[in-house]
Amino acid sequence: MKVLRNYIKSLFLLEMFKGMRLTGSYLWRKKFTIRYPEERAPMSPRFRGLHALRRDENGEECCVGCKLCEATCPAMAITIETGPREDDGSRRTTRYDIDLFKCIFCGYCVEACPVDAIVETRICDYHFEERGENIMLKDELLAIGEENRDRINSDLSAQAKYR
Amino acid sequence: MSEIQNYTINLGPQHPAAHGVLRLVLEMDGEVIERADPHVGLLHRGTEKLAESKTFNQSIPYMDRLDYMSMMCNEHGYVSSIEKLLGVDVPIRAQYIRVMFDEITRILNHLLWLGTHALDVGAMTVFLYAFREREDLIDCYEAVSGARMHAAYYRVGGVYRDLPDSMPKYEASKFRNAKDLDRLNSNREGSLLDFIEDFANRFPGIVDEYETLLTDNRIWKQRLVDIGVVSPERALQRGFSGPMLRGSGIEWDLRKKQPYAVYDKMDFDIPVGVNGDCYDRYLVRIEEFRQSTRIIKQCVKWLRENPGPVIVEDFKVAPPKRDDMKQNMESLIHHFKLFTEGYSVPAGEAYAAIEAPKGEFGCYVMSDGANKPFRLKIRAPGFVHISAMDEMVKGHMLADVVTVIGTMDVVFGEIDR
Ligand code: SF4
Ligand code: SF4
Repeated sequence: MKVLRNYIKSLFLLEMFKGMRLTGSYLWRKKFTIRYPEERAPMSPRFRGLHALRRDENGEECCVGCKLCEATCPAMAITIETGPREDDGSRRTTRYDIDLFKCIFCGYCVEACPVDAIVETRICDYHFEERGENIMLKDELLAIGEENRDRINSDLSAQAKYR
Repeated sequence: MSEIQNYTINLGPQHPAAHGVLRLVLEMDGEVIERADPHVGLLHRGTEKLAESKTFNQSIPYMDRLDYMSMMCNEHGYVSSIEKLLGVDVPIRAQYIRVMFDEITRILNHLLWLGTHALDVGAMTVFLYAFREREDLIDCYEAVSGARMHAAYYRVGGVYRDLPDSMPKYEASKFRNAKDLDRLNSNREGSLLDFIEDFANRFPGIVDEYETLLTDNRIWKQRLVDIGVVSPERALQRGFSGPMLRGSGIEWDLRKKQPYAVYDKMDFDIPVGVNGDCYDRYLVRIEEFRQSTRIIKQCVKWLRENPGPVIVEDFKVAPPKRDDMKQNMESLIHHFKLFTEGYSVPAGEAYAAIEAPKGEFGCYVMSDGANKPFRLKIRAPGFVHISAMDEMVKGHMLADVVTVIGTMDVVFGEIDR
């Protein structure tokens, strides 16, 4: 009996038709793809994308130059030099570079920063055209922070209770 | 008639079916393989040596990049070996989170394996379907850690953050009307746990779909049955582990035999194969999909009911809460100390192994009392499996090499380390 059943099964390509019915049914189902640049997959507030340096509400840069992020970075992607600022003599970073080729986007710098100065934004699509553009300078990082200010602040406050 | 001699061909390292950078030197007799010689090392990044110059915590992100298809399992192996040396007790909630994410990782890994294995053998559709499900799980990864693949989520003493209360949602766009958007967001209304539970409820049906496409399919069977047979004795002698060993009929699973985290509280079965061929290993992995789903459901249930800390409150090992750090001098000092110097681990050696999707993944840490490991040895399951390449493909056709590479589920990140 079993032999006969197997024979019929294989003669009439039953399993093939079952499979084809399944793939065929997908023709009528809703698509599960999204149209990328216009439409994006959901992104969590914890997303670790391109870095940014924050400024506080008075426009003063948050970073105090404690170099914790530099010390904790596993890829040694951050280079910081500090010194007194010219106008008021407060301790600031005179140089803050992140080498995006070295960075592994682990988020340790964000975790380490005691004043939430360095953050990782939701920006994940960027490119470089020239050699050397991979090194993000302090001004660029601050500019990214300004541009995405609201998003960064809302993400930070959404995550505050978990950290 | 002229004498026909064996000739040698080079498969890879840039062959699409070589799963990364495998280079195989094949000695052929016509189309039959006489000898296969895998060349490894093309993706060597020196992770073990690198770890010696970094503090213990700094190496965690590098563990993700070993077996880049099962990220959190590698982290688990690494952190648990350090926890063993330090003797810290991981909070129970963190252990459940770890187990849940280990199983999510297992499904992620097996989905990719299923997709690419089928693609290599010639079935395109499964690949597309498998990636659809991967997307959901990768969203879980992202919701919890912020990265879609290289999570860096486990920490020595627990996990970095608790599970989020809300899932990110699709945003309105000109291609979607309100109803469509509601449909897309329907399983994202609740917390991450709701999302995972919804997935766990849906997933067995989806595995049935994969099985409809493959299990009985005659082409799939012709390509897999009786290919790369490994006898139980040989599998043991070669040091196989994971589905490769279970496919040969040996019931061995570290989750049962040597339970770590909270696996002893979980209810699940170990699937085993009978013949030890590629088809059996396929069936074993398919069954692991279902068993993992079972474990995930149990974890979700427990995690719903039991809130609590997710990382030890020993500030010598894990940083204090941020609020605390900003207001309390002592906590700030702990914070600075941890992020600059890290913590010192008592001198000694420890080996901790976990059941990664590919087999036994273990880390052997040797410490001389400093804040960096003196030596770190990583036991990668794939390395052992690929060494059996010659044995498994001998006497088979050239096309079967691809099947055997697929069934081994090799990932070069861990083999070359
Ligand atoms: S994300 Fe990680 S690797 Fe990148 S700069 Fe921050 S600490 Fe360094
Ligand atoms: S970004 Fe934060 S951690 Fe880095 S130097 Fe500035 S204040 Fe310190």
